[in-house]
Amino acid sequence: MSSRAAILSAVKAAQPSLKPLPALPVSNVSNDLTGLFSETLLGIGAQVHFVTDYDELIRIIGSSYDLGKRIIALNKVFAPIAEVEAVYTAPLTLADVELVILETNLAVAENGAVWITDDQLPARVLPFIAQHSAVIVRKEDIVANMHQAYEVIGDQVYGFGTFIAGPSKTADIEQSLVLGAHGPCSMLVFIL
Amino acid sequence: MTNTAYQSHAERATIFNEDEARVNWHDETLWWVRQKRDRAAHLIPEWESLRELASGIKDNVLSNLHDYLVSFEEQAIQNGVQVHWAADAAEHNAIVLSIVKRHGVNRMVKSKSMLTEECHLNAFLSEQGIEVIDTDLGERIVQLAEEPPSHIVLPCIHKKKEEIGDLFHEHLGTPAGNADPQFLTAAARLHLREKFLTRRVAITGVNFAVAETGEFVVCTNEGNADMGAHLADVHIACMGMEKIIPQRRHLGVFLRLLTRSATGQPITTYSSHFRKPRPGQELHIILVDNGRSRQLGRPDFRNSLKCIRCAACFNTCPVYRRSGGHSYHTAIAGPIGSILAPNLDMKEYADLPFASTLCGSCSNVCPVKIDIHDQLYKWRQVLVQEGHAPLVKKVAMAGMAFTLSLPSLYKIAGKAARWTLSHAPFAVNNKLNPWYKNREMPQVPASSFGEWYAKNRTKNK
Amino acid sequence: MRVGLFIPCYIDQFYPGVGIATLQLLEKQGVDVVYPSRQTCCGQPMANSGFAHKTGGCDELFVRNFHEFDYIVGPSGSCVLHIKEHLHVAGQEDKAADIRNKVYELTEFLTDVLKVETLSAHFPHKVGLHQSCHGQRGLKLAGMTELMSPPFSKPEQLLKMVSGLELISLNRKDECCGFGGTFCVTEEAVSAKMGKDRVQDHLLNGATVITAADMSCLMHMEGILRRQQSTVQVKHIAEILNGETA
Repeated sequence: MSSRAAILSAVKAAQPSLKPLPALPVSNVSNDLTGLFSETLLGIGAQVHFVTDYDELIRIIGSSYDLGKRIIALNKVFAPIAEVEAVYTAPLTLADVELVILETNLAVAENGAVWITDDQLPARVLPFIAQHSAVIVRKEDIVANMHQAYEVIGDQVYGFGTFIAGPSKTADIEQSLVLGAHGPCSMLVFIL
Repeated sequence: MTNTAYQSHAERATIFNEDEARVNWHDETLWWVRQKRDRAAHLIPEWESLRELASGIKDNVLSNLHDYLVSFEEQAIQNGVQVHWAADAAEHNAIVLSIVKRHGVNRMVKSKSMLTEECHLNAFLSEQGIEVIDTDLGERIVQLAEEPPSHIVLPCIHKKKEEIGDLFHEHLGTPAGNADPQFLTAAARLHLREKFLTRRVAITGVNFAVAETGEFVVCTNEGNADMGAHLADVHIACMGMEKIIPQRRHLGVFLRLLTRSATGQPITTYSSHFRKPRPGQELHIILVDNGRSRQLGRPDFRNSLKCIRCAACFNTCPVYRRSGGHSYHTAIAGPIGSILAPNLDMKEYADLPFASTLCGSCSNVCPVKIDIHDQLYKWRQVLVQEGHAPLVKKVAMAGMAFTLSLPSLYKIAGKAARWTLSHAPFAVNNKLNPWYKNREMPQVPASSFGEWYAKNRTKNK
Repeated sequence: MRVGLFIPCYIDQFYPGVGIATLQLLEKQGVDVVYPSRQTCCGQPMANSGFAHKTGGCDELFVRNFHEFDYIVGPSGSCVLHIKEHLHVAGQEDKAADIRNKVYELTEFLTDVLKVETLSAHFPHKVGLHQSCHGQRGLKLAGMTELMSPPFSKPEQLLKMVSGLELISLNRKDECCGFGGTFCVTEEAVSAKMGKDRVQDHLLNGATVITAADMSCLMHMEGILRRQQSTVQVKHIAEILNGETA
């Protein structure tokens, strides 16, 4: 008997009688999601800028980062300052990326996370391999909590998707929080 | 600190307690993590109903595990994922080895997976000449120290920064005496980045696997799982088969509870959902049983399989905080470990359910409402019935049961104990009496309550 | 209302004053209290050591001694919890079930059944309240810091009725003292350390008396205090509520 068959038959014999699945809560909308989102982001080590258009955004990026270093974005509007290829097939060639500019259609106020899927990424490794990251969030795309987030995601088909909440971090050394473990050392969030 | 000779929790904990200052440091650090969890939970008004919901979802999972596993496999295969089944640790390790050998590779990176600790994967691969680099910072530190992790979320919580500084000086060439966490983390970033960029195979764990869609989620703060997986040609995800959840939207419940329970953060920096391999990449999932189906068949203990490995129970446990993870001599320590391990080997782990005062705090912090402290009590009964109690204890308990079932004998025994304590205290106040090591014995009253009542009350009734 | 007085074995033998205080306290509330003299032990020490299968004798004795009362009251959260959760007697299950329903720990009996609102007790001292775990988490005598629910405490409610008593705040309100039954000797190092830490919390916050609803916790902490030659005393809550002085 294959292990698969053995395991499945052992599980079937061992499992208790069926317990029904509980219903998920209907989530209420809280007020001022943008405020909560921004506050949470600051608490998790990200920086926040409220902007009205892409020009303002690009200006801020210009003054926050060294434009001489390698910057990658998906949105063609960043062409003056970044590479805007649709796809990179060799992820190792992205090891020298200084800044990745990400866009999202979904952000979560309760934890400062943004949802990004592989169709929004020229390469899956980009949000992790870059030294720094920037994300653009639209106010109307902010939901209150994770229940609402998954309602928005619904049956979306993706090969890879990720919630990213702030810069990478670790507290493994005596619980001292350090930003910039393996992923980006910083995250700049633009709220449009 | 891995010891091949058997030492019980009590023996190891005694050694741990020889350095009281260090115990205080360990205890306070983990209590601080517990407090962070409290603070995060207080911010969610519906926290307790969220726990109830997560518990209910997991109850459903355990009662329908067979069909969920089949559905998960079907979906995963449709998504282009290769699904393997491992009956035990040895088979799991063999599967990993065969995948690695097929690719002609002898080194890889691994992000945190307690399952691989349970299977002793690193040691097995090392014997086969295959190098595994643990990329979670805490795991890398204990790997360099040649120790197992002492906590399932904070692997090197038992290590002081000076010790880590020394390790990095020895292995990474950082300056001697530098114990600055920022500096050491930056050094680890560079050191491990080189590994990510040069290894073709990456192993990750699995936090949750969704039966409905065949996707699985890996949660990290560091981004190491993603760095490994998205750069490698082969991604192997290792999973205890109980990690299944029914639907994608259930992730909302678990992702709200997991990190708040673990570290007090609202969510880990990265919660990555893997559904299909990257074009040109191989994605493997290994579903592991290793005693889980046996535990599933134990009505009193199957709830332990609801565990989402948050370690909230570790952080709240006053015994864990004062004995350290290595005292449990098993991959998963703490309260949850103490109800999982006996299922794997009753003889080896008979001591663990007794490493507790049954205070019940663990059950209250568990995000999926596992009745941990009740299971600790029940395991004690099972272990004694299975013959794992020391003879001395068996004899003492038999004597106690006999004495306490006969009121007159009980009264005589009580009086004798009081007489001994007051007239021959040296018989009790000595090295043979463990109580006496750190505590005075209770003072002896003139009479028992029963004697007082008989003298002062009975004649009035 | 006839109450059967349940006096745990170690209180009977080593802390009779707690039993006396409990008896007097209940009688002052106008309760008809009877002490069945042939009681021994609830069986908890054996059950918690994995020998629940040997408690048959204790269980039978308990049913025989206590089934006729309207309520059974005892000054010990852990012993009462044990009866509540584990009392079963083959062939007398209805009596056992009835007892499990009507057994009460002292403080919950005072607040929930007698609904006591005033006490004539005076205890002008700084008192630290130790929330014994089995009473707190098992019998729900008080809220728990790890549970997200409104705080409350039956023992505290009663102590607030005692004039002159100043309740101190602890750093860790409800951490276990480390007694844990046979744990106190089988895991002596951790047990003693837990006890020391509990005591230290009370000392740091200025307690001159430590009280609790469980004498086992107090016995353990008292052992440590006396080894440290501390002047801090332990006093079971029954004794304070009964109007005794330090």
